[in-house]
Amino acid sequence: MTAAAADPLVALVGNPNCGKTALFNLLTGSRQKIANYAGVTVERKEGRLRTRSGRRLRVLDLPGAYSLRPRTPDEQITCDFVLGRLPGEGRPDVVVAVVDATNLRRHLRLVLALRRLGQPVVVALNMVDLARRRGLPVNASALAAELGLPVVETVGIRAGGAAALLDYLEREHAAPAEAGAPVAEGAASARARGAVLDEAAAVAADMAAVAAEQHEVERILVRLGLDAVPADTPSDRIDRVVLHPVAGPLVLAVVLFSMFQAVYAGAQPFMQAITAAVAQLAQLVGVLLPAGPLQSLIVDGVLAGAGSVLVFLPQIVLLFAFILALEDSGYLPRAAFLLDRLMGGVGLSGRSFIPLLSSFACAVPGILAARTIPAARDRFVTILIAPLMTCSARLPVYALLIGTFVPARSVGPGIGLQGLVLFALYVAGVGGAFAVAWLLKALRGGPALQPLQMELPTYHVPSLRNLAIGLWQRIEVFVRRVGTIILALMVVLWFLSSFPAAPAGYPGPAIEYSLAGRLGALLAVLFRPIGFNWQISIALVPGIAAREVVVGALGTVYSLSATGRDVAGQVAPLIARAWTLPTAYALLAWYVFAPQCLSTLVAARRETASWRTPALMVGYQFALAYVAAGITYHASRALLGVP
Amino acid sequence: MRPTDPTAADVTLGLEELPLHTEARILAVEARRGREAVDLAERLAEIGFLPGERVRLLARALFGEPLAVRVGSDTFALRRSEAACVRVVPVAAAGRRGP
Repeated sequence: MTAAAADPLVALVGNPNCGKTALFNLLTGSRQKIANYAGVTVERKEGRLRTRSGRRLRVLDLPGAYSLRPRTPDEQITCDFVLGRLPGEGRPDVVVAVVDATNLRRHLRLVLALRRLGQPVVVALNMVDLARRRGLPVNASALAAELGLPVVETVGIRAGGAAALLDYLEREHAAPAEAGAPVAEGAASARARGAVLDEAAAVAADMAAVAAEQHEVERILVRLGLDAVPADTPSDRIDRVVLHPVAGPLVLAVVLFSMFQAVYAGAQPFMQAITAAVAQLAQLVGVLLPAGPLQSLIVDGVLAGAGSVLVFLPQIVLLFAFILALEDSGYLPRAAFLLDRLMGGVGLSGRSFIPLLSSFACAVPGILAARTIPAARDRFVTILIAPLMTCSARLPVYALLIGTFVPARSVGPGIGLQGLVLFALYVAGVGGAFAVAWLLKALRGGPALQPLQMELPTYHVPSLRNLAIGLWQRIEVFVRRVGTIILALMVVLWFLSSFPAAPAGYPGPAIEYSLAGRLGALLAVLFRPIGFNWQISIALVPGIAAREVVVGALGTVYSLSATGRDVAGQVAPLIARAWTLPTAYALLAWYVFAPQCLSTLVAARRETASWRTPALMVGYQFALAYVAAGITYHASRALLGVP
Repeated sequence: MRPTDPTAADVTLGLEELPLHTEARILAVEARRGREAVDLAERLAEIGFLPGERVRLLARALFGEPLAVRVGSDTFALRRSEAACVRVVPVAAAGRRGP
């Protein structure tokens, strides 16, 4: 056993959405994702903590659980760990039972269950600031007396909000025998203990145990003067509009629509600034470096390639600002509520909504978030269609094509045509996903509707600090991708597109003679029927590694095909001249359904423990993309009268 | 639809039949039949649908489903079939407030 593994293990356990991850971030200095809905954390996350006196602790953040009887794969992780059933893992030395101080009625029940396990438990009375603001007389020492457990107050979202917990952990380890000895009363629940009982008896025993726990909670709440149930909270007043059968869907439509409008309108000035900077840089390199392979590598490979992807950073930042604010506010589960019936029609439930929404950022976290779905079939379908949600990596592709081929004019007060087209593309992705889900339901037979049982949390004003951290992380990820994988792929592509060099007197552009040019010509046989030329065909290949690369790849391929240096670093004017409208529209349609990037396929393989799912994904998405692009190409050719 | 008068205190009804914004108390959480239903009832108990708890319907989505239910101090979205497992007694209009 290593020294690190011997450090005491602190586990954060609690109901979903009580702020465990916020506390974890405070304790360990990590920046794990937090948001206002149940099921943000679906994996165990480990961090390290050094107390002021220099003691080291391992801190574990676990997915939220309503009880120690797991129903979903993420809850299973928590229960197995707390009960010491995970292979290669000891039981935690201290369990920090995190409770939402504004809602002790539900959260205390899990504390009682944890207490019965007989391990050291300390209760973290979280969101205590919010509880006081609502006038709840929460009192840590009175609660400690009732529970027979140490209780500390915490505020997970404020710097220094975990000070009391840190002090406690320090004291606990200075004199382990003294503080926090748990009152071991009774034993774990019948099933948790692994006792051999028949199922019916176990169910009855568990139901009785839950009811007994609730009686105890009620007793404690009465003693503390916390038994009153809030009558009409501000959240309720918001919900009267947001959950209204008619007003609710309208609000949802307006929220989503303004998101896409803002992504277009708000980002323009920043994008122009980045474009101008990249062009300036290209010109500077052209002046400083002699013409030759090195100049070409930097101008055509790095600047035209990676630079043209970087331009889309402002749009990605805006999109994420919206998504993060929505996540933090508590609105997302409401949107799931409103869409549940619609999703039920295609054999999905509202439980699939949040994993699918996460997929708008990237399909990988979306596929992971599917762990919160209890029904195995729903989970499988959700994973399968998650990649059809338009991920942020596709945004640069859309933005480039829309910016180049869709005129920037207004089609109504405050509604720009470009934003409208972008919205339509996102809707097309969702429509495609629903169609696939419906088809699966029709083919495999739709089971009865699965349980919903989804928590609708209290609304919060989004925390600016949380928002800033989240945005900064997205910027870091994006810039790192541009700087590493995209840059590397662009250099490789530049190499393939430049060598072997064309012999003197070669009639066409030199790139046609290169390896990439020949490969492109070969692929174009497959893609010509849907309107893609060989340049597009070759750009699709590195796009399998990362979507945004397509933009960069087009930049490099066209930059090398171009004759003048004046346009270097700017792909838009090049493709505007080279493509017909039907080709551009066909490529947009292709990218609505385009076969997934490698990391998504790997995530799908890991989460379903089989290659069948990723294979199915690639197959059906390729077919969908090909058909959609083909229809778009030929239909728009006929409509526009383009030969 | 059963001919029930939801204001009469001795009448029990399924949670899904409760009129919007009417206070009620949970009488029992019962599984209809089969292993899945038992599981469902157990899960409902775990998230707080327990005898004696106060419940109220906050909203019904378009086409009558799902339901937004206040139980204790929590709000959960339930389907009609889930809510039907919960038997409730409306708290008489001119009546006892608080436990």
